[in-house]
Amino acid sequence: MQHHILELIYLVGSLGFIMGLKMLSHPETARKGNLVAAGGMTLSILGTLLFYKEEVPIMIYGLILVAMAIGTIAGWVAAKKVKMTAMPQMVSIFNGMGGACAMLIGLIEFPKFLGADESLGLLTVLGSMVIGSVSFAGSVIAWAKLNGNMKKEIRLPKYNILNTAVMIIVLLLVGLIVTGQIDDPAIVYTTCGIALLYGIMLVIPIGGADMPVVISLLNSFTGMAAAFAGFLYANKIMLTGGILVGSAGTILTVVMCKAMNRSLTSVIFGAFGGGGASSAAGSGDKSVRDISISDTAVLLNYSKKVIIVPGYGLAVAQAQHVIHELETILVDRGVDVKYAIHPVAGRMPGHMNVLLAESNVDYEKLVEMEHINPEFATTDVVLVIGANDVVNPAAKTDPGSPIYGMPILDVENAQNVIVNKRSMSAGYAGIDNDLFYKPKTSMLFGNAKQVLTDLVTELKSMN
Amino acid sequence: MKGKIFESQISNHQFQISNKMTDFITFISTHIDMVYVLILSIFVGVEVIGKVPSVLHTPLMSGANAIHGVIIIGAIIVMLNAGVDNIPALVLGFIAVILGTLNVVGGFVVTDRMLEMFKKKTKN
Repeated sequence: MQHHILELIYLVGSLGFIMGLKMLSHPETARKGNLVAAGGMTLSILGTLLFYKEEVPIMIYGLILVAMAIGTIAGWVAAKKVKMTAMPQMVSIFNGMGGACAMLIGLIEFPKFLGADESLGLLTVLGSMVIGSVSFAGSVIAWAKLNGNMKKEIRLPKYNILNTAVMIIVLLLVGLIVTGQIDDPAIVYTTCGIALLYGIMLVIPIGGADMPVVISLLNSFTGMAAAFAGFLYANKIMLTGGILVGSAGTILTVVMCKAMNRSLTSVIFGAFGGGGASSAAGSGDKSVRDISISDTAVLLNYSKKVIIVPGYGLAVAQAQHVIHELETILVDRGVDVKYAIHPVAGRMPGHMNVLLAESNVDYEKLVEMEHINPEFATTDVVLVIGANDVVNPAAKTDPGSPIYGMPILDVENAQNVIVNKRSMSAGYAGIDNDLFYKPKTSMLFGNAKQVLTDLVTELKSMN
Repeated sequence: MKGKIFESQISNHQFQISNKMTDFITFISTHIDMVYVLILSIFVGVEVIGKVPSVLHTPLMSGANAIHGVIIIGAIIVMLNAGVDNIPALVLGFIAVILGTLNVVGGFVVTDRMLEMFKKKTKN
C-alpha cells in the first residue's frame, strides 16, 4: 500500500515539474511556475521520507533531517544574500552541488554491483558518478571564473586533443568496468578522479563570455546524472525530473548559442577571447574624443529620443538605480527613453533584465535587440554604459574578429554615441572596439555609478 | 586438439555475447515503463521549452537547475537503505543529502528572487 501511495505522490510531483517548467517559460506565469515545481519537489521528498521504506532506525531519520536542515538553511541564506550581479555564479555553484550529490550516490552504490555480473546496474551507477563528477568539477571552475577568481583562460597545449583523449579514457574505463573486465574498486575511484579532472579541463580553456552556455550545458549534465540515478533506483520522479532538465537544458543551451550566434562545438572546442590579433593591431594612430559631464547633460536634456545600452560595467558598478533615476528625469522633461537589451548583456541571457527590473525600470522600456535596432537611426543620443563587445562593429565588418557574426546593437546609426567606460581597456572578448574611434562617438570616462550620479546632479541643476 | 579448444573458446564467447544480449533485453522489458517515461520525458522537455523569450533564459535555467536537485531523493534512499553500522554510506549519504538540499532550496529561492523582480515591474 505504502508503495502505491508513493507512486501516486511521484506522479503528482512529476506533473508539478512539467507544469512548472511550462509556466516558467512565459513571463506572466513564471513565478508561479517556479512555486509549482518547488511544490512538486517538496511533496516528492516528503513522500520518500514517509513511504519509501518501513522500519528505518530513528537515528537514520534524525541524520537525514539534520542534513536537510543544514542544506536548507545554507541554501536559503546564500540564495537570499547573493547580489543580483553575482546570480550566474550562484546558479553554477548550486548546479555543482547537484552534480556532487550524484557523484557521491555513485560512489556509495557501486560496490553492490561490482563483480556481481550486473552490467546494466553498473552502467547506471557509473553514469551517475561520472556525469555528476564532470558537472561538479566543471561548475566549480565556472563559478571561479564568473566570480573573478580565475580570470584567464588556461589553455594546455593541444587542449582539444588532450581533453578528447581524457574523455575517451573515462569512457574506456567505464566500458571495461561495465563489461566486467575490471572489478577492482580502486579503478572505479580512479575513473571518478579522471572524470573530475575532465570536468576541470573542459571548462578552463573556455572564455568568460561563453560561460552562460557552459553553465547551461553542465546543468543538463546534472539532469542526466539524476536520470541515471533514477534508473538505478527505478525511481520515476528522479527519472522524469532528470530527463526533463537534461532535454530542456540541452535545448536551452542551443537557444543560448543561437542568441550569441555561436555553435556549441565552437564554444567547447573553439577558443574565444584569446586571439583577436587581426584587428587589434594598428590602433596607435586612432584617437578618441572626450566629452565632459556637463556637455553630456546638455546633449541629453535637449534630445528627443535617447537609448541607453546597459552592459556588465553598469552591473559591476551597481549603477542600475542611478540609471533609473537619470531615465526618470529625462522622461519628465519629455525625452523618449528606452533601454536596448542585447541577448547576452550582462553575463547571462536575461541577466540585464533582472538587474534593471530590480531597480524598478519599466518593463516596456526594455527593448530586445531585434526590435530596437531599426530605432537607432531616429535616435539623438545613445548612451552606452559599461557595454563593449555587444556594440562592436567588428562583429559585422571584420571576418577575422573572434566575435565576427555575433549580432550587435547598431548604435552607430544614431546621431551621437556617448560611451561610458572606466578606461580604454578591451571588453570581455579581449578585442579592440572601432566604435570608440568613430567621429560620432564621444567617450565619457569614469566609474559608471559616479558618472551617472554626476549626470543626474548636473541635469537637476539645469532647470 | 588445439583446434578443439579454440572452437570451444569461440562458442563460449558467443554464448557470453548472447547472454549479454538476453541480459539487455530482460533489463529493458523489466524496466519497460521506465523506458517509456525516459523517451516521453525527452520530448516533453524539448516541447515545454519551445519558444522561450531570451529575457527568461536565466530564470528558466535556474529553475531547471533546481529541478535536477531531485537527485536528493537518491541521497535520501541511500541513507534509508544504509544500516546503522554502515558508517561510510551514512557519512557520504549525509554529505549527499546536504548537497542535494542546497541544490533544491538554493535553486528555487534564487529563481524566485529573479522572478520576483519581473513581477514588481509589471505592477508599476
